[in-house]
Amino acid sequence: MRTDPVSRQGGFSSSRLKRPDAWSLGVPLIAAILALPVLVIFAHVFIPASDVWLHLRQTVLQDYVTNSLILMVGVGVGVLLIGIPTAWLVSMCDFPGRRLFEWALLLPLAMPAYIIAYTYTGMLDFAGPVQTQLREWTGWGWGDYWFPQIRSLPGAIIMLSLVLYPYVYLLSRAAFLEQSICVLEVSRTLGAGPWAGFHRVALPLARPAIITGLSLALMETLADYGTVQYFGIPTFTTGIFRTWFGLGDPGAAAQLAGIMMTFVLVLIVLERYSRRRARFHHTSARYSRLPRYRLRGVHLAGALVVCALPIVLGFVIPSAQLLQWALRTPHMWMQPEFLVLVWNSVSLAAIAAVLAVALALVLAYGKRLRPSLPVNAAVRVAGMGYAIPGTVIAVGVMLPFAWIDNTIDGWMRDAFGISTGLILSGTLVALVFSYCVRFLAVSLQTVEAGLAKIKPSMDDAARSLGTPPRQVLSKIHMPIMRGSLLTALLLVFVDVLKELPATLILRPFNFNTLAVRAFELASDERLADSASAALAIVLAGIIPVILISRTISRSRPGHDSPA
Amino acid sequence: MTRLLEIDHVSVGYDGTTVVHDVSLALNTGVIGCLLGPSGCGKTTLLRTIAGFEPASAGRVLLDGQVVSQAGWTLPPERRQVGMVFQDFALFPHLTVAENIAFGIRGQSSRARRERVTELLRLIGLPDYGPAYPHALSGGQQQRIAVARAMAPRPRLLLLDEPFSNMDVELREGLAREVRAILKQEDITAMLVTHDQNEAFAFADRIAVINAGRVLQWDTAYNLYHKPIARFVADFIGQGRMLTGTVRNKHEVETELGTITGRIPETCQPGDPVDVLVRPDDIQPDDSSPIFGEVMEKAFRGANFLYTLRLGSGDTVLCLAPSHANYALGERIPLRLGFNHLVIFPRQTGPAMVS
Repeated sequence: MRTDPVSRQGGFSSSRLKRPDAWSLGVPLIAAILALPVLVIFAHVFIPASDVWLHLRQTVLQDYVTNSLILMVGVGVGVLLIGIPTAWLVSMCDFPGRRLFEWALLLPLAMPAYIIAYTYTGMLDFAGPVQTQLREWTGWGWGDYWFPQIRSLPGAIIMLSLVLYPYVYLLSRAAFLEQSICVLEVSRTLGAGPWAGFHRVALPLARPAIITGLSLALMETLADYGTVQYFGIPTFTTGIFRTWFGLGDPGAAAQLAGIMMTFVLVLIVLERYSRRRARFHHTSARYSRLPRYRLRGVHLAGALVVCALPIVLGFVIPSAQLLQWALRTPHMWMQPEFLVLVWNSVSLAAIAAVLAVALALVLAYGKRLRPSLPVNAAVRVAGMGYAIPGTVIAVGVMLPFAWIDNTIDGWMRDAFGISTGLILSGTLVALVFSYCVRFLAVSLQTVEAGLAKIKPSMDDAARSLGTPPRQVLSKIHMPIMRGSLLTALLLVFVDVLKELPATLILRPFNFNTLAVRAFELASDERLADSASAALAIVLAGIIPVILISRTISRSRPGHDSPA
Repeated sequence: MTRLLEIDHVSVGYDGTTVVHDVSLALNTGVIGCLLGPSGCGKTTLLRTIAGFEPASAGRVLLDGQVVSQAGWTLPPERRQVGMVFQDFALFPHLTVAENIAFGIRGQSSRARRERVTELLRLIGLPDYGPAYPHALSGGQQQRIAVARAMAPRPRLLLLDEPFSNMDVELREGLAREVRAILKQEDITAMLVTHDQNEAFAFADRIAVINAGRVLQWDTAYNLYHKPIARFVADFIGQGRMLTGTVRNKHEVETELGTITGRIPETCQPGDPVDVLVRPDDIQPDDSSPIFGEVMEKAFRGANFLYTLRLGSGDTVLCLAPSHANYALGERIPLRLGFNHLVIFPRQTGPAMVS
């Protein structure tokens, strides 16, 4: 029917402008600036190799690739093994505590991997409570027994799996709920029992969603710096650090980052592809509650263990340990320095969140008001940062910013004899910019979802009722968008608070945040001292968990909610 | 009756394509008009031009004699006092039903606004729903609220963009009649866009049949059905088949089913080959007739049968027979032509043509 797709999407402009305007120029410009770090990294892949690079290639590159691959395969298996069964149990079965598990299974999301890693190290190493207890019970001494070494590649796989499985859980749970009505009822009428229904119908249908969750978890795995560094496992991220700061060769670091980006690209393609396919796996627009399988006896006990274990291991035990440590070390948090840390973290996160949401608003409105190929492509490129490890972004930000600083400084010195120093690269500007690159996707996704709730016909309706464009924004868009904007702000805020590698690289001299301080103290084996900063991060991390669990409980099919 | 809306040689297009071609029509105060046509014919674009969302590339749109659109200038929608009801209703989800309806009422005391809202809620039969939020209501209720919201500021003209197409088919005609009653009660001038002729018949006083961006006929439903002036209109409205014939003189056409008498367009000369529109109700089974048709298809409709019959020449016609006249497939039944209106078009293949 619509002969005019352009104007349908065209928001509150009644006349289409043919000439380029602020939107059609500004949106690609913003996207280009945000894409700069990635482009810089890619450019370095083609720059002739330095001696350091040749050295790397002959010695450690192999290790980086192998370790990163093993880590990804291991974590991939781990998150699937935890994420899928728990998702299926809470969405298809009925057992006491199901509603609690439904949201509690998200809690490990609040636990940054590097924090859980050193918490378990503290608990499981020779002097830790577990081994001490063991020795007390058995009377063994040092060297009398074998105990698994947590600071190892398998250890890192377990740590990362414990905090990253919620990605798979979240997406496959949503997929299982969406399928509920049609196909599963059909499979039951065709005589498929719970198991056949699961592996012949539910699982294949949920596969695109599961793969999306898996690729998100793997992106995080690849991006992890804190865990592997603390466990002493050479991977890409630690290699980039070492090359830059140890060997002093930013170019080689960027080349390493470039190779790492190919891994990332594979994951992005995987994610995009499976998201596209997930659309076709929507089997029905209508939902009705499917009777859940009621679990009893052995099944019930099994389900409880399967659901409780990840929560206990991934959240309860490490938080309890952190709390105990924090209470033991009041001198760490009952002092002004801790307040400075909190202030630094909070203000930095707040600035980055406001900026990321503002940019997301500009991009989302640009796409709505001037939908065109370049604008849409630009928005997509700008949203790519979530897949790119903070280390890579940091390197990609540092190189051009340092060049700009040096250029300005050199010019000012020549012209006026004044040294301007590092205007961009040595200040918070670089840090905030890299946060925007990394977390824009988080805000963009939320803002776009909010904007999608405002149908173009609502703009038209308001105008035909006598409302000029400016008031459409304040009377229709703002009230409807308010919730989404707040959510976007909070999500970016917490992500920035947790971020470690980019902050480590780009922070100005002597500027510390909670994440950096926790990591530094832990690296110095002052685990108990680091607990208060870590606990603050975990507490902040619970906020998005609550937000997400509220959203999913509201969007639950069959729940009477606005359609 | 005064002329409220005048569309004067309006064309609409963008990016080098013209969607609406040189359309002229006028709507008098209190009349409900309809733009009827197949998907993509440009009817919604024309409606959005009247509302001020699309600029006219040529011609003028006048409201109450005042130009609101012409090439290069468009009075913005918010200053036209033209209400619009949207296909997806576009109710504001963050406002209650009462707030939605009150949204467009301006420059009145809050008491007057409240009274107007109460009045409209009563008019649409939902007096108690003021405090409810739109998502809690059924589609039909949302739809009536969308109508009330558009009517609330007492617009000069009310536009409705396929407002019933989201409804269940069984509900559509009933709702169309209901909304029509509401508009007539308030003496509102309105223009509806739809692709559903039954909806158009139930809702509108005058209907413009549009194809490929052109208005082919602007007429009453009765005339569109019985006196189509374009082949497309004849095809699009109602059912029917074309029967080949030859003009004999100024009043008669010779066909396979006999000689038919009626008014023949001046462009047709004796001896010209023509097509004669035969509606299903023009043909009845008649045992005394010497002309037969073979039953190709039959569809039971409860009160009657719709037969597709093949004549000797191979042409097919439709026949609406009472439901006790039950013939078998392949059976040959005697036919009689009973014409009230003779509709003929010069013999021509290709696109619709105005005679």
